[in-house]
Amino acid sequence: MTARERVAGTVANYVDERTGAAKWMKKNLNKVFPDHWSFLLGEIALYSFIILLLSGTFLTFWFDPSQREVVYEGSYEPLNGIEMSAAYASTLHISFEVRGGLLMRQIHHWAALLFMVAIVVHLLRVYFTGAFRKPREFNWIIGVGLLTLGIVEGFLGYSLPDDLLSGTGVRIAQAIIQALPVVGSYLSFFAFGGEFPGEAFIPRIYTVHVLLLPGIFLALITVHLMLVWYQKHTQYPGPGRTEKNVVGYPLFPVYMAKAGGFFFIVFGVTAFLSAVASINPVWLYGPYTPGQVSAGSQPDWYMGWLDGLVRMAPPIETHAFGHTISWNILIPGLIIPGIMFTGLALYPFIESWISGDKREHHILDRPRNVPNRTALGAMALTFTIVALLNGGNDIIATTFNLTINQMMWFSRIGILVLPPIAFVVTKRLCLSLQRADRDLVLHGRETGTLMRMPSGEFVEIHEPISAEKAWTLTQHEQPVPLELEDTDARGVRRPGAIKNKLRNRMSRAHAVAVPKVSAQDLKEIEHH
Amino acid sequence: MSSELEIIKDPGVPAHIHRQADLDPKAEQKAERQVAILFALSSVGTLLFIYSYTFLSEDLFIFFPILGTTNAKQLFLGLGLAFALFFIGAGAIHWAKTLMPDEEVIAMRHEMRSEDEDRRELIKTAKQGAAAAALGRRSLIKRSLGLSLGLVGLSPLLLLRDLGPLPGKKLETTSWKTGTRLVTDPGDRPIKPSDLEVGAVAQVLPAIKEGGHRALSDIGKDAVLLIRLRQEEFQLDPERLEMTYQGIIAFSKICSHMGCAVALYEQTTKHLLCPCHQSTFDVTRAAKVIFGPSARPLPQLAITVDDEGYLVAQSPFNEPVGPSYWERNSQ
Repeated sequence: MTARERVAGTVANYVDERTGAAKWMKKNLNKVFPDHWSFLLGEIALYSFIILLLSGTFLTFWFDPSQREVVYEGSYEPLNGIEMSAAYASTLHISFEVRGGLLMRQIHHWAALLFMVAIVVHLLRVYFTGAFRKPREFNWIIGVGLLTLGIVEGFLGYSLPDDLLSGTGVRIAQAIIQALPVVGSYLSFFAFGGEFPGEAFIPRIYTVHVLLLPGIFLALITVHLMLVWYQKHTQYPGPGRTEKNVVGYPLFPVYMAKAGGFFFIVFGVTAFLSAVASINPVWLYGPYTPGQVSAGSQPDWYMGWLDGLVRMAPPIETHAFGHTISWNILIPGLIIPGIMFTGLALYPFIESWISGDKREHHILDRPRNVPNRTALGAMALTFTIVALLNGGNDIIATTFNLTINQMMWFSRIGILVLPPIAFVVTKRLCLSLQRADRDLVLHGRETGTLMRMPSGEFVEIHEPISAEKAWTLTQHEQPVPLELEDTDARGVRRPGAIKNKLRNRMSRAHAVAVPKVSAQDLKEIEHH
Repeated sequence: MSSELEIIKDPGVPAHIHRQADLDPKAEQKAERQVAILFALSSVGTLLFIYSYTFLSEDLFIFFPILGTTNAKQLFLGLGLAFALFFIGAGAIHWAKTLMPDEEVIAMRHEMRSEDEDRRELIKTAKQGAAAAALGRRSLIKRSLGLSLGLVGLSPLLLLRDLGPLPGKKLETTSWKTGTRLVTDPGDRPIKPSDLEVGAVAQVLPAIKEGGHRALSDIGKDAVLLIRLRQEEFQLDPERLEMTYQGIIAFSKICSHMGCAVALYEQTTKHLLCPCHQSTFDVTRAAKVIFGPSARPLPQLAITVDDEGYLVAQSPFNEPVGPSYWERNSQ
């Protein structure tokens, strides 16, 4: 035994005698994780969160969350002598006088954008591969919660510097609060400590931004990861991969090195972006004042789709009995997002209700093999993208020489017409891909080699695909539609017959598929 | 249908293919060196970071292709940090990929569901506990506890009451009174009609006492836009026309949609545009909404001149400015 081993042994013994950790460690150091690039997306979100905690802590050392008015006297000449809030002045101080301060601000902002991108793309991966199915529904809901909180946290974060752009965003948020029926103006006065903008809002959202929400994030992320750990990771279909096993590499040392290394890569890339690509140069916008605005006001991308919805809303208000209800704000700002996020959170339960499938699933779906789900996802994505494009309609209009009106009408019509088209096209594409898979398994790979037959006819030589590939393309189950009876054995109409009918119909739509190749099919074709 | 058919057989996890470094000691040494070089590059990044932090001047600007002219200190601080971090990661991953075991391992899964035995025991324990506490019988305790738990939840809500004052009439009122002078923003100079040429726009605020201070929340309601047109360009009813003065018309600058500043005026079309959501208002028709999500015209401020010939408000706004709210009477 070397000296080093002896020291390690003594330490390990000390800890284990007090915690009994050895048993748990023994089991978990060998924990197997399957390998796939798409499993890194959630990791990127996690690492961006850590980067946000680190860079954010740094920023708090100088940031002054106060709307007290001060006169700027700093090294940024153009704003010298201008009245502004202490929050804005301290942001300028961080940017121009604290060495590395601007870099940290940029890292914080880039990491926030990356955090949200990673969450959304991770969510899409989980959705399109069906990783949300039993037993992972709780984790799906936690994920939707993290996405929602991320949007709020990001919005509060970029509102803190109190510059002209972010103040305009806060004004819009205030208008949404104020538009709530009955309680709106009260809630707004409570949130802002009086009239907008007041002097209370920035200090309050600062506490929420640096303490309350990060605390909730930490708790939710911990549960999210513990569930991944405990339920074991899903895996893509492949040879030797079953619902009963998990094939991959052990945590120690491979995943520790890979995941640890990947954290540094994500941090490095964020730092690189921050070094070369300037983001949110607040000194150019000037301090916030409600009487001014900069042209081309844009929220960060994860708020953009909401702003796009608000922009395209028709000008409808109800004026009755001395009250006003702003549908032009409530529908795009609260009702549609509310429906979208509720639908998102409930989707695992809706799908399981439609398919009648209550079993555990650990093998991921190839998106083409569940055309209905994939098409629904494409539809929701199209809706959001049209909304997001409309959120930048002024920028797009000036860039491509269009008028705002053309853009707006494109979005107003597109948001209704394009999503259903996306649904139909995606479903067709999935079925075509299934057909292509079927051809591939039955007739093999096209080699590109042409052969001339004695008769003069040209044929392309097909080569059988490997047994591994054939398995991967055919291992999936093809759902069988539900057949719920309207009447029971004695011919009496069952309660909820209409519901059952609807469920049957949706289940049939869900089960549409091109029959996959069976072993018999292969045998048959060999005889030809 | 598919369940009756036999599925294609699973060939099992493919045989492991060894890497170059597993077989050839030279390749192994090479991979080791590569990892070391990557880690060394990280150290170079840190050195660059320290150098930039300590020695580079704040005012040094250099030209870089694509980036253009940038601040050297900011750039090299960032690049130093980026390299320092990135190459640690690259080294670790290269290490894992070339030198650490790459044989796939199979572990078994277990259903999440507990064993029936455990479930039965849990139910038994829970029932025993409930029976011991005799919750079912002691309804007085249950009810009083329910009541007090419900009530105790009120206290934190009540504590939030002092977050802000009640709105009262504040959303309906602005600083504009009959006879309040219009002054330029910025500059605080009173304005004569002759100061505004036809086609000109000016942002104004209500005059305040010498040495007085404007809160941002006042500006958020008081900001007004003055626009001068030729008298014949207006298409206003007589009542609205009364509110203008010699072709000068005044509107609240705070958007009737969500409260942004309606800051863009297009001279040729006489349209006011809010840059936030593109609500567009026609100045010639009393700021009628002609496009976008806003449902109401911008409130118009009646103006005239005082004895000294300066522009003043004829009367306060006759409707609340800014975005809508529940208590607003918009009829």
